[in-house]
Amino acid sequence: MSMFQALLRRDLLLVYRRRADAITVLVFFSIVVSLFPLGVGADPTLLRPIGAGVVWVAALLSSLLSLQRLFAADHADGTLEQILLSPQPLPLAVLAKVLAHWIATGIPLALVAPLLGMQFGLTGDALLVLTGGVLLGTPILSLVGAVGAALTLGLRGGNLLVALLILPLNIPVLILGAGAVDATQSGLGAEAHLSLLAALLIATLLGTPFAVAAALRISLD
Amino acid sequence: MAKINWFKYAAPATFYPLAGRLYPWFYGLALVLGVIGLYIGFFVAPTDFQQGEAYRIIFIHVPAAWMSMFLYLVMAGYAGIGLVFNTRLSSMMARAIAPTGALFTFLALWTGSMWGRPMWGTYWVWDARLTSELILLFLYIGFMALQAAIDDPRRGDRAGGVLALVGAINVPIIYFSVKWWNTLHQGSSINLTKAPSMAAIMLWGMLVMALCFWMYSIAVILSRVQCVIAEREKRAAWLQELASEVS
Repeated sequence: MSMFQALLRRDLLLVYRRRADAITVLVFFSIVVSLFPLGVGADPTLLRPIGAGVVWVAALLSSLLSLQRLFAADHADGTLEQILLSPQPLPLAVLAKVLAHWIATGIPLALVAPLLGMQFGLTGDALLVLTGGVLLGTPILSLVGAVGAALTLGLRGGNLLVALLILPLNIPVLILGAGAVDATQSGLGAEAHLSLLAALLIATLLGTPFAVAAALRISLD
Repeated sequence: MAKINWFKYAAPATFYPLAGRLYPWFYGLALVLGVIGLYIGFFVAPTDFQQGEAYRIIFIHVPAAWMSMFLYLVMAGYAGIGLVFNTRLSSMMARAIAPTGALFTFLALWTGSMWGRPMWGTYWVWDARLTSELILLFLYIGFMALQAAIDDPRRGDRAGGVLALVGAINVPIIYFSVKWWNTLHQGSSINLTKAPSMAAIMLWGMLVMALCFWMYSIAVILSRVQCVIAEREKRAAWLQELASEVS
C-alpha cells in the first residue's frame, strides 16, 4: 500500500509543479464548450437541450488531451521500467497513476462543468446532476484512456491513435452522462442513469488496471 | 492407432500450404451458394405486403450485419488465444480477419441506408442498431490502425490482442447503452424463442446468403493469412524452398 501512496504523492507533486499543463486542459474544455453557441446560434431554446451533451463531448475531448502525459514522461526517463521491475503488483501502480491523473484533470472538469452548464441555461437540479455525472464519469474516461495510452506508448502519431481507439469505447459514458441531465430536465429523475454510470465505474475500476498492466508490459517488451 | 497431432496445423509452415489448398474450394462454395441465395431472393421469395420489392435488400443486409458482429468475436477470440498462448498463427488470423469484418460492417451500413430511404424516408437515422454498427466499424478501424502503427509485428499482434479483448467486452455495453438511448429500428425479424415473423422461403434465402458470406469470409481470410505468413516468414527456410519450387 505504501507504494500506492508514494506513487500517488509523486504524481500529484509533478502535476503541482507543472500547473500550466492541468490549466491548459481546463481552458481547452471551456473553449470547446464556448464554440458551440457561436456555431449553432445563441437562442436559449436551442441551447438548453444540447447543453449537457456539449459539456460531455468537451469533457471527452479534454480527457484525451491529457492522456499522453499519463505514461509518456515516465517512459522517457525510465521510471516506468523501474515500476515494471518492482516486486509490487503492477495493476496497483497503474491505479495510483490513474487516480493522480483523475485528481489533476477529472475533478477540475467537474468543478467547471456547472459554470459552463449555466451558460447553456441549465438550472438547479440539472446542474447538480451534470456535476455528479461528470464526477462519476471522468474516472471511467481516465481508466479507459489509460488502456489506450499504454497501448500507444512511444508510437509515432500516438496522440491521434489514442483518440481513434478510446472515443468509441467511451460512448456509453457520454450517453449515460448526458442522458442523466436530459432525464432530470424532462422530470424523469436521473437515478437510473447515474446508477448505471456508477456500475460502469465499478466494472472499469475492476477490469482496466489489469488491461493497462498487460499493455504496458507489451509496450516495454 | 496413430496418435493425432492436433497442433500440426498451428505452425505457419504447415498451415500455409493447407490454406492454399482449401481456399479455392471455399470460393467455389461461396459462388454456388451466392447464386442459389440470390435466385431465391430475387425470383422465388414473394413480394412483401408492407414493403413491396424494396425489402429484397434484406438478403444482403442481414447476413452482412450478422457476419460483421460474428467476425469481431472470432477476431477477438483469435487475438485472445494469440495473447495467452503466444501462438503466432492465431494473431495472424486476427490480423487477416479485421479487414473482412470491417468490409461487412460497411456493407451492412450501406445496404441499411439504401433500405432506409424507401422505408423510413431517410438514408440515416440515429437509431440504436445503426449507431452501434457504426461504432463497430470504428472499433475495427481502431484495431487495424493500431496494428498498422506498430512496426514490430509481435508487439503489434499483442497490442491488438489487448485492444480486441477490451473492445469485445465493451461491445455489449455499447450496444445496450445505445439501444436504451434511442430506438426506431424494426424489431428483430428472427428470434430464437418465437416463430419467425416472415415467410419460410425468405428465411431460407437469408440463411443461404448467410452461408455464402461465411464461405466467402473463410476463403478471403485464408488467402489473406497466406499473405501475412509469407510477409512475416519471408526469411524462413521452408518458404524460400517453396518459392524456389514454384519459380
